[in-house]
Amino acid sequence: MLEVQGLSKSFGRIQAVKNLNFKLDKGTVLGFLGPNGAGKTTTMRMLSGYLEPSAGSAIIMGHDICKDSLSARKCIGYLPEGAPLYAELSVRQFLVFIARVREVPKHSINSSVAEIMERLYLTEVAEQSIETLSKGFRRRVGLAQALIHDPAVLLLDEPTDGLDPNQKREVRRLIQAMSSEKLIIISTHILEEVSALCNRAMIIANGQLLADDTPLGLLHQSRYHQAVTLRVDDPQAIASALSNLPQAARVELRHQELTVFPIDGAQLLPEVSKLAEQEGWQVHSIRQEEGRLDDVFRKITTEVQA
Amino acid sequence: MRLVAVICRRELLAYFSTPIAFVFLLVFPLLAAAFAFYLGGFYERGIADLQPFFQFHPWIYLFLVPALSMRLWAEERHSGTLELLLTLPITYWQAVLGKFLAAWLFLGMALLLTIPMWLTVNYLGVADNGRIFSSYLGSWLLAGSMLAIGSCMSALSRNQIVAFIFTLLACFSLMLTSLPMILNLFRGWLSQFWVDAVSRLSLISHFGGFQRGVIDWLEVLFFVLMIGFWLFASVQVLNNRRTR
Repeated sequence: MLEVQGLSKSFGRIQAVKNLNFKLDKGTVLGFLGPNGAGKTTTMRMLSGYLEPSAGSAIIMGHDICKDSLSARKCIGYLPEGAPLYAELSVRQFLVFIARVREVPKHSINSSVAEIMERLYLTEVAEQSIETLSKGFRRRVGLAQALIHDPAVLLLDEPTDGLDPNQKREVRRLIQAMSSEKLIIISTHILEEVSALCNRAMIIANGQLLADDTPLGLLHQSRYHQAVTLRVDDPQAIASALSNLPQAARVELRHQELTVFPIDGAQLLPEVSKLAEQEGWQVHSIRQEEGRLDDVFRKITTEVQA
Repeated sequence: MRLVAVICRRELLAYFSTPIAFVFLLVFPLLAAAFAFYLGGFYERGIADLQPFFQFHPWIYLFLVPALSMRLWAEERHSGTLELLLTLPITYWQAVLGKFLAAWLFLGMALLLTIPMWLTVNYLGVADNGRIFSSYLGSWLLAGSMLAIGSCMSALSRNQIVAFIFTLLACFSLMLTSLPMILNLFRGWLSQFWVDAVSRLSLISHFGGFQRGVIDWLEVLFFVLMIGFWLFASVQVLNNRRTR
């Protein structure tokens, strides 16, 4: 459905995006991760047809974004960064405008607009001018605009940026509900979003693709993967006991929490709990870590800068 | 063409959702009438024509058209909606033309609101209505040319004030290319042929024919080409931003 080939973009001497290559199919929800200024938005802008690539191209639903930009754009729903909207129009006027441009058939424009407003809980503000709306409403208008023509490919640039936790959950639920019939690319720097929503994750920094995996696969790269964290009363003494375990590579103490890192491939949890039982430690909690995405993110994105 | 109409409609809707429409539609007819009465001696001349009314149009446009055109692209760029607009499945031509037509139609409405002047002149005496009609047409074409220049200047800058000043300068120069003051600048290094060509670009002299009651299709063509050229330039500027 979407194939990116050697996609690059330079602004003068600055190379914002360097030679991206990947292929995505229907049902994919791709989390596009990276620090600010990594090239996420530039990539989204090239895919959406707003910027022309300096080199390479992408094929969206069989249409080349350089040679047949118009047909490619027809298959896309795009939420630009910051969700820009024509603020002087009312929600309904704005959505009717987008529906007309998007060639929604004339007789179904009103019903399409009504339906999308219903889905995004916008009906109550339909006649209000967009400039009077709160951030959460505006973001939803931006999403409605991207969804009104039921596109096969959705490009969402930081869809939950600036929303409160309830609104974030709402937007994620919505994206999840559509994920099986569409190809969705979400650019974000919010890591929890990737674990919550995506079935594929890419990390990009300095315009380069550094990791391409499932969120779970990325977690496995974390040094916390399979580590055991426990809360105990006397961490100092217990730390030295734990570091003597043959399966333990190192032990870290932070506040009242001890984290034991395994040597490669070792199972720590059974050993740690056995030892705790033998020694009769006061253990308040014990858990095995999946891995921490922020840790992987930091590791991957700082390596390239060093 | 359908998409041009859709863009045009949205633009007009936006004009009328903001104070722009109200202010503009009030100020233009008032200014035009005030100039005609106080500077043009509309009454004192004792002639039933609108010559004193139309002769000031270029000067009113010189300030009001850049005020209208400065927002065309600069505002979209500034607020980020340009990204929204240009990623919709429309060509740059459709976007440029739609926005231009909306502004031009809007100026047409402002012109129509001066029709009481026309009625007054008919009430006061026997007026040459054909001549008045051709003057209106010329005035609208003149406004369109200046608007097209403004569209290009607005596409060049994300700052509306800069767009305003550049448009004003460009329009002012093009209005006056037939004056010796401007032509002397070119005489030193251009052949007579090109100096003549420059002097023929003068917007005011092309408007002059219409004011005398002549609708010369070559003159209409001049304005249409002028508009076409600057809209083409607008498209190029927008394209350039995409591939920079």
